[in-house]
Amino acid sequence: MWQIFHKLGSPKWFFGISTRFMPWLLVGGIMLLLAGAVWGLAFAPKDYLQGNSYRIIYIHVPAAFLAQSVYIMMASAAIVTLVWRMKLADVFVKAVAPVGLVLTFLALFTGAVWGKPTWGTWWIWDARLTSMLILLFLYGGVIALDRAINDEKSAARAVAVLVLVGVVNIPIIKYSVEWWNTLHQPATFKLTEKPSMPAEMWVPLLLSVLGLYLVFGWLACVRMQTEILSREQRTRWVKEFVMKGRV
Amino acid sequence: MNAEARPAVRLASSSVGALAAMKGVFARDMKVAFRQRQDLLNPLLFFIMVVTLFPLGVSPEVSFLSEAGAGILWVAALLSVLLSLDHLFRHDFDDGTLEQLVLQPQPLFLLILAKTVAHWMLTGLPLVVLTPVLGVMVHLDGNSIAILCLTLLIGTPVLSLIGAIGAALTLGLRSAGVLLSLLIIPLYIPVLIFGTGTVAAAAEGAPVGAYLALMGAFLMLALTLAPFAAAAALRISLSNG
Amino acid sequence: MPEPLLQAVNLQCERDKRILFRELSFSILPGTVTRVEGPNGSGKTTLLRMLAGLNDAWTGELKWCGSPVANQREAFLRNMLYIGHRPGIKPLLTPMENLRALMAGRRSVPDAVFRQALQGTGLTGFEDVPCRNLSAGQQRRVSLARLLIADEPLWLLDEVFTAIDADGIAALESLLQQRAAEGGAVLVTTHHDLALPGMHKLILGAGGVSDER
Repeated sequence: MWQIFHKLGSPKWFFGISTRFMPWLLVGGIMLLLAGAVWGLAFAPKDYLQGNSYRIIYIHVPAAFLAQSVYIMMASAAIVTLVWRMKLADVFVKAVAPVGLVLTFLALFTGAVWGKPTWGTWWIWDARLTSMLILLFLYGGVIALDRAINDEKSAARAVAVLVLVGVVNIPIIKYSVEWWNTLHQPATFKLTEKPSMPAEMWVPLLLSVLGLYLVFGWLACVRMQTEILSREQRTRWVKEFVMKGRV
Repeated sequence: MNAEARPAVRLASSSVGALAAMKGVFARDMKVAFRQRQDLLNPLLFFIMVVTLFPLGVSPEVSFLSEAGAGILWVAALLSVLLSLDHLFRHDFDDGTLEQLVLQPQPLFLLILAKTVAHWMLTGLPLVVLTPVLGVMVHLDGNSIAILCLTLLIGTPVLSLIGAIGAALTLGLRSAGVLLSLLIIPLYIPVLIFGTGTVAAAAEGAPVGAYLALMGAFLMLALTLAPFAAAAALRISLSNG
Repeated sequence: MPEPLLQAVNLQCERDKRILFRELSFSILPGTVTRVEGPNGSGKTTLLRMLAGLNDAWTGELKWCGSPVANQREAFLRNMLYIGHRPGIKPLLTPMENLRALMAGRRSVPDAVFRQALQGTGLTGFEDVPCRNLSAGQQRRVSLARLLIADEPLWLLDEVFTAIDADGIAALESLLQQRAAEGGAVLVTTHHDLALPGMHKLILGAGGVSDER
């Protein structure tokens, strides 16, 4: 059991195994995204209230969904970093934090673009938008702290503490922002209710979400590999890899 | 030298209780603070000045100020706590007393709790005391001022506790002050929302007991978790230094 | 062989992608003074900070009286005294207040003992003067006054001879020997020519580590 665990933590092992399944992640992800996009954009029915503008959800929802789950993934990896000091876990956190930031930004941006025709304004202090904005700040903090600390191990552990503090706060932030929102603007805008969405609308959405997950997995692997190479540059296997092009 | 010639090692087994150690930390921080009183005044002056900016920058009208006053005071208090956080560990780090603190044979989170309580009594508590005066200046009514003071009384310790984590994480880094704000402000949002929300609810005549209880829950949560996180962060920062 | 107080097994420490030392093993026996030697940047301070538990970016094993330090942190800290580059003295407080604060978490010591210790380090008359009004050497002496009241058997002293005059150095040397004679153990780094009878040496350097007598 422990051996498997240690093997999982070995950057070299990860490098080898990830190279093998990365193409599958990318191909699968792109196919799912394409399927979701074509189905969602061309074939799904118009929304009876919003017309065609709702179709941005095929980008917005997957981005928002993933932006939040990436933080949860980072928090799980942070626990592994602090408890078992597994190298791969902090490589993961460092590699995916900027991806999470970009996804959060994408969710906010598409939200704003969607808001313009729907609410008539680019930005409103809607509970969901506001929590996403705060999530953006949290990602920004994680990246800033990581950049500020020179020593790689200290950076990894400090970031892990910050990510965990953040993850404890996320539900509190979400809850308080929702409460704040009802206090200030009682239910002015309502999006289409999820359960009432017909299958032709949500199945392509599901495909897009899954597709983005796979593409995210691929991107995480690429970034982790880059990080591993730079960290282990003086080890023999990296030198051999650079010379021969394989592990 | 042969083994018999060596005298036996005498190991010490008992140390003072954790409470005495906490008292020691608290007393020392208070004493140091009162030897440098100007540092105590700075966050208060900052608080007053930020509040002054709003009538000048937005509008001195009674209707605006009485509506926005609680929010202004809360934001100003939050910023001045943030400003003071940089000092929480920095001087101790520079002169080496922080190392000695970590090396005390005591649970570190309790010592940090003692330091944080001292920090709150030196910054948060004076802000609460000053609030009624500023509240009058922004035309809050008596009831609102009372509720505002109560929310600040519960809320500012939370700010100090969460802030201690940020201060510990950024210890010894370049531009630590700005970084500290980036890390900590998102975590302050719930306290701010409920702090000002409670006053707003009170102004509308709604009962505020539940809100205050919720803020109390924040305080309890911060009291139990933040010192552990700050202790972990402090060890990491010291390890780097 | 008596049981070692502190035992290091296969310590390895990497800092900023540079390995400071690896496979470093040694034992600190009671009744010894050990000088850690090595050129600048060889990791002397880092080693002492690791042993004290201030730096935890290392791998290997550290044992206190035969069992891992990690499992008995508080017992270890209670028996270890570390004085680092930074003296651990608050400039705004007086020597008396500083000593009180330093000992507050350890054991209760009457003020008379503190006064005696300050007298012993030549600070008579300065007991109640804020430390920032003292010279660098005098401030150093305030932190060294702790050695006179220490009941901890293990001392880790990093560059403590800095800024101290000849008399002070002689007094400190005899203090280290006295501690060893009482069954304690001292690890010290210094640029000053320290040569005590029976002193051990722990040599760090680019060519690996050797442990010589």
